[in-house]
Amino acid sequence: MAEIIKRNKALSVNPLKASQPVGGTLATLGFDRAMPMLHGSQGCTAFAKVFFVRHFREPIPLQTTAMDQSSSVMGADENVIEGIRAIAEKSNPALIVVLTTGLAETQGADVHRNLKEFRETYPQFDHIAVVMVNTPDFTGCVETGYAATVYEIIKALLPNAAEAGTKPNKRPRQVNVLVSPMLTSGDLEALRGTIEQFNLRPVFVPDISDSLDGSLTEDDFSPVTIGGTPISELKTLGDATATLVIGASLQKSGELLHEKTGVPTYQFDHLYGLQANDDLILTLANISQQPVPERIERQRSQLQDAMLDTHFMLGQLRVAIAADPDQLNAFSHLLAGMGAEIVAAVTTAHTPVLANISVKQIKIGDLEDLELLAKEHKAQLLIGNSHAVASAERLGIPILRAGFPLYDLIGGYQKTWVGYRGSRQALFDLANLVINFAHEEIEVYHSIYSQKFDAAQHHACSPSCH
Amino acid sequence: MKSNKDIAELLDEPACEHNKKEKSGCAKPKPGSTAGGCAFDGAQIALLPIADVAHLVHGSIACAGSSWDNRGTRSSGSQLYQIGMTTDLTEQDVIMGRSEKRLFHSIKQAIDSYNPPAVFVYNTCIPALIGDDINAICKSAEERYNVPVIPIDCAGFYGTKNLGNRIAGDAMVNHVIGTREPEPQPQHPNYKIHDVNLIGEYNIAGEFWQVLPLLDEMGLRVLCTLSGDARFHEVQTMHRAEVNMMVCSKAMVNVARKLQKEYGTPWFEGSFYGISDTSQALRDFAKNLNDADLVERTEKIITREEARIQAALEPWKARLKGKRVLLFTGGVKSWSVISALQDLGMVVVATGTKKSTEEDKARIRELMGEEAMMIEDGSPKALLKCVRDYNVDILIAGGRNMYTALKAKIPFLDINQEREFGYEGYQGMLELVRQLSLTTESPVWEAVRAPAPWKTAKEI
Repeated sequence: MAEIIKRNKALSVNPLKASQPVGGTLATLGFDRAMPMLHGSQGCTAFAKVFFVRHFREPIPLQTTAMDQSSSVMGADENVIEGIRAIAEKSNPALIVVLTTGLAETQGADVHRNLKEFRETYPQFDHIAVVMVNTPDFTGCVETGYAATVYEIIKALLPNAAEAGTKPNKRPRQVNVLVSPMLTSGDLEALRGTIEQFNLRPVFVPDISDSLDGSLTEDDFSPVTIGGTPISELKTLGDATATLVIGASLQKSGELLHEKTGVPTYQFDHLYGLQANDDLILTLANISQQPVPERIERQRSQLQDAMLDTHFMLGQLRVAIAADPDQLNAFSHLLAGMGAEIVAAVTTAHTPVLANISVKQIKIGDLEDLELLAKEHKAQLLIGNSHAVASAERLGIPILRAGFPLYDLIGGYQKTWVGYRGSRQALFDLANLVINFAHEEIEVYHSIYSQKFDAAQHHACSPSCH
Repeated sequence: MKSNKDIAELLDEPACEHNKKEKSGCAKPKPGSTAGGCAFDGAQIALLPIADVAHLVHGSIACAGSSWDNRGTRSSGSQLYQIGMTTDLTEQDVIMGRSEKRLFHSIKQAIDSYNPPAVFVYNTCIPALIGDDINAICKSAEERYNVPVIPIDCAGFYGTKNLGNRIAGDAMVNHVIGTREPEPQPQHPNYKIHDVNLIGEYNIAGEFWQVLPLLDEMGLRVLCTLSGDARFHEVQTMHRAEVNMMVCSKAMVNVARKLQKEYGTPWFEGSFYGISDTSQALRDFAKNLNDADLVERTEKIITREEARIQAALEPWKARLKGKRVLLFTGGVKSWSVISALQDLGMVVVATGTKKSTEEDKARIRELMGEEAMMIEDGSPKALLKCVRDYNVDILIAGGRNMYTALKAKIPFLDINQEREFGYEGYQGMLELVRQLSLTTESPVWEAVRAPAPWKTAKEI
C-alpha cells in the first residue's frame, strides 16, 4: 500500500492538475445537444475552452455567467438565471449544466436555489434539463469534477425505478457503461466493439466518442454538442441488464445508479493490461450468457505474445508517472504486470483508489515534484501529458504522452489504450520509446597496449566519410 | 481588490478613440452569451513574454492550471517565463485566510529555486474577493528578500482581456519603468545611435527577429520591447527612449500615453504586417527622431528591402491573385492586415470591425472602398453565412475560429497570438504567402466536400 505524501511546499511549480470545472465540462460534453456553463468570471470559461480546443482540435461549446466586479461582491444570482435563460432561448439545448468555480463558491453562491427560481420564472423552458454542480477549483481535479458532474446528472435526471416503472433486465441486451475521464473517444469505440461482440447494446454515460471523436457532419455549425448520450436515453438505464462502471472515480455514481434502478453493477477500476480485461470479458460472457468470441480470444493471445516480446525492454524499467488518480492506477497495474518499477508517481488529488496502487509513495503534487523524484530515482521513462514534455527534455528521457491536455500530439484524444488490443499497442509504444537507449550500455574500453591506432583519427568522423 | 473607481480610471483612456463613443470595446459582458478572456488573461498575456521574470499566479488552479505554457512567444535567452508558478489555493487557504501567508512563502520559494531578477505576482478572483492585500505582501517580500516583487492586481472579474492589458501596462509604469538607467549609448563612426521602445510587440514565433536586424542597421537601439523577448532590466529603462512605437494594437496605449506625460517621449502607432506598413513604421521612426541623415538612410533600406521581397513574392502572387478573403480579427489590426493582403493581389471582401475604432473604420474604407463590408457580429454562424454569401476562398481569423471554419470545410489561416508562424516584417510576407497557398491550394478541400460515392450511386 502506497504512502501518500501531501503537498508540502507553498508554491506549485509547473502544475499537473487542471481544475474541477474543466472536468465537469468534459463530462457535460459527452451528452447530446448539451451546453456547459461555468459560473464564474468570463476568464474561467475562456481558459477551459482553449484547454479543450487545443486537446480535441474541435470547436467546444462552453458558456459563462460572466461575473463582474459588482456581481462578485453583491451576489450573482441574476447572472446564473439570466445565463440559463440566454442559452435556453438562443440554442434550445437538451441539457444545460451549470458548474460553479472557486470564485462563485467563495462568494457563497447557491446555484440549486437559483435553479428553483429559474424554473418558477421561466416555465416555458421546462423541457430543457438543467443540472447544477458544485465544482470549486480550490479543491479536487479534472477527475473529481467529472465524477461530481456524472453523479449530479444521474441524481437529477435519472428517475427512480418506482416512479418510472423501469425494471432491471426489461431490456436484456442493454448494458449501461459509466466511463471515467481517463477513457478516450478511441477507448469508448473499442469498448463498444467488444461489448457488441457479445450481442449486447452498450449505453455509455457520458459518451465523448459520439461528440468529440473528430468527425465531420453535414451541418456547418452547432452552438451545442452534436452527439453524445441522448438525455432521453437516461430513462432507459433502469431497464438494462447490467451496469459496468469503468474507473474508480465513478464508483459513487455507480452506487447511485444501482440504488435508483436496482440494475446490478460491476465495478472495474480500469481496463489496462491482461488481468483487467480478463475480468471484463468474463463478466460480459456471464451477462450475455454467450461464449467468448474467437476474435477476442485471438486478441488476448496477441497481447500475451506482446507481453513476451516487450518484457525484455520493460522489465525492471524505472518509470515516472504523472496522472490523475484513475489513470495512475491503470498505468501502475499495466507496468507492474510487465515487471517495470514505478519510481516516481505524482497525482492531482487524494482519492480512495490511490490505496490500491502498489508503489512505495505517491505524491500529490506538480511536475516539479515529478522531475525531482524522477531525477533522484534515475527514471528511464516518463508518462504524462503534454506539459510534462519539457520535464522529460530536462531529464533527458523519453516520454509517453497520456492524459489531459495533449496539445502537441495530433490524434492523442482518440488513442486507444483499453482492451487487449489497446493494451498491446500501449506495450509496443512503451517498448519502442526505450528499445535503443534505456539499457545502460557498456562503456568502450581502450587497452593501454592497443595496436588498433584508429581511435584518434576516426573519432569525429561520420559514417559517410568511410 | 481594486475599487470601482480604480477600474473606471483604467477604462478611461484618453488616447483610445473608444472613449468618445458610448458603446465601448469594454462593455459589460452578458451571462450566457459571452466569449473572450478576463482581466487576468489579458495581464498575463501582456507580461508573460518578459523572459527572465518569475511569473507567479496567486489563485486557485483554474487560473494557471489551464493557461500556463500556452503561448507562441519566444525568448532569445532565459526560459524562466515558461515555468508555470501558482499558489494553487486550497479550500483551507480560502476558509482559514491562509492565502496571504502562502503567497509570501511562495515568493520566497520562487526566489530560492530560480533566483529571478524580479517576481511578478498576478492577483486573481478569489484572493481579490477575500481581500488579500497583495500590494503589502509584495512590498514586504521585496524588503525581506531584496528582489523586486511587482503586484499586478488583475482579478478576472474586474473586466475583459483588454482591461487586463492596461492593468499590466499600468503596473509596469508605476512599479518598474524608470527604476534603472540604460547602459551608456554605444557610438557609431558614421551616424548617431537612437534609443527606442516598442510597446505591444510580443515576438510571436520569433517574428520580431525578422524586423530587429533592420532596426539595428538603422542605428536604433531597442531599449525594450514590451514585452516580447524582454528582460526585467530592459523594462526598467524604458523611460529613456527618444520615441515609442505602439505596435498594432492599442491594448497598452496607456503605457505610451503615460511615458509621454511623465517623460515627454513622443509615440506613434504602426505595424510590421505587410510591406507598406513595415516601410511606414521604419519611416515613422526616422521622422519622429528628427534625424535627416537617418531619414535618408532609412529610405535606402526600404528601397532595397522592398525590391528584394517583391522579387521573392512574384512567383507566389500569381497563385494568390484574386483569391477572396474574409478577414475577422475582431480587432484594430484589421486595416494593417488588409494592406498586406492587397499587396499580394488578394481581394478582401469583408472584415470584422467589432473592436475597431471610428478611425480604424475610416482607414478600412480608404483601403477597401466605400462599399466595404464590415462585420460586427463575430458569432460562428454569422461568419459562416458571410463566407457563403461572398464566395470566400479563405477565412483569416483568430485561433478560436479555426475549428469552426474547418468543420464547415473552409480554408483557414490563424493570425492570432497562439499561432506558430511569424508574419512580421518583409520576410514575414514570405511565410504568409506560403501558409495562404498551403491551405487554399490543398487537395483536401475537394476530398472532404465531395459526398461518398454510394450517396450519388443512384444516378449511375
